[in-house]
Amino acid sequence: MLTAEEWGIVALSLKVGGVAVLVSLPLAFALAWLLARGRFPGKVVLDALVHLPLVVPPVVTGWLLLLAFAPAGPIGSWLASWFGVSLLFRWTGAAVAAGVMALPLMVRAMRLSIESVDQRLEQAARTLGAGRWRTFRTVTLPLSLPGVIAGVVLGFARALGEFGATITFVSNVPGETQTLPLAIYAALQTPGGEALVLRLAGVSVLLSLAALIASEVIARRAGRGLHVL
Amino acid sequence: MSFDIDVALRRGDAEIACRIAGGDGLTVLFGPSGAGKTSVLGMVAGLLEPDRGHVRVGSETLFDAALGVDLPPEQRRAGYVFQEPRLFPHQRVRANLLYGWRAGQGTVDVDETIALLGLVDLLDRWPRTLSGGEARRVAIGRALLSNPRFLLLDEPLSSLDRARREEIMRLIERLRDALGLPILMVTHDRGEAERLGSRIVEI
Repeated sequence: MLTAEEWGIVALSLKVGGVAVLVSLPLAFALAWLLARGRFPGKVVLDALVHLPLVVPPVVTGWLLLLAFAPAGPIGSWLASWFGVSLLFRWTGAAVAAGVMALPLMVRAMRLSIESVDQRLEQAARTLGAGRWRTFRTVTLPLSLPGVIAGVVLGFARALGEFGATITFVSNVPGETQTLPLAIYAALQTPGGEALVLRLAGVSVLLSLAALIASEVIARRAGRGLHVL
Repeated sequence: MSFDIDVALRRGDAEIACRIAGGDGLTVLFGPSGAGKTSVLGMVAGLLEPDRGHVRVGSETLFDAALGVDLPPEQRRAGYVFQEPRLFPHQRVRANLLYGWRAGQGTVDVDETIALLGLVDLLDRWPRTLSGGEARRVAIGRALLSNPRFLLLDEPLSSLDRARREEIMRLIERLRDALGLPILMVTHDRGEAERLGSRIVEI
């Protein structure tokens, strides 16, 4: 079916998508919590900023990442001087691009699930002697977990499909930054690459479909009050 | 131990005010719906901040606007039975009951309380499978097992059938007489108020 090289592309895509989602998960949850429960000036601005990658052309997001992570850029120079690393043309950079693009979807799903947690249950926990942290850990988090998982799965699916920001930011380096969409693009540019395009496109569709179905199933379980825990 | 409560809270055009002095035994907060009875319980439990006044239980000050004292709810040790059961849907009855319980603390015995409330057969059930009366009893048990310093009961007899009402009413009488905890109970039923209350405060 797939050659070793093609399996390598699939494995790289899964690695980039997985790392992107796992690393952005804590940030996404914190943002979701702030937007769901926080009362502070500038909340509308934060909300808009989080959603920006959803509507800005991906090539612009990629270009902004390039500026930020370039050796002389604000984040790039910091990474170079403290850790001696650069993300340019590396799979880690692809993961950053995928994570940024997946973030809005993750925040949306998590925010909805946090908002749906009945705050009267949190009040009950407080009167029973639980402080804010224990209340969060034992009531808010478990009750919003289905939405968190659905957000992660959705974000993962989005990360797998990332193209514009990735190719702008870290280019199309086979074996390093060439994820499924980039490999398909490269194959399309190559005479006689149609068979390869067909195979990789098939894998892409299957992976996305599986993620979407998983996300939907989890969300429905949550909707029926059947909790994941 | 007794309540010493004097609180006021402005809500739009109306002001909710309540004064209870020397409130030992069971004090009934009596009045029509919408008069702010539940808000008074919220202020005593620390879920609502009064604009002015104080809340003391025994020698302990839970809230005093003038002194700047405002204990968070988790430090007030209220045994609050809300109007709705508010059981944690992701925990079985047993875990709900033990949520506020700490080993080696207080005088309330777990097995005794579970037997008293007739909860033995419910321990492994999920809250969504309980009837209204069962959920109410679990909520009362959960509040009792959190080693409370005082009890707040919000309409504990509403939406129960006659047999269950009698049962819960007897239970409240036993708690009032046996535990010696000050109890603040909200009701809009004159009969309940007169039967259970050591005193009735109209609001």
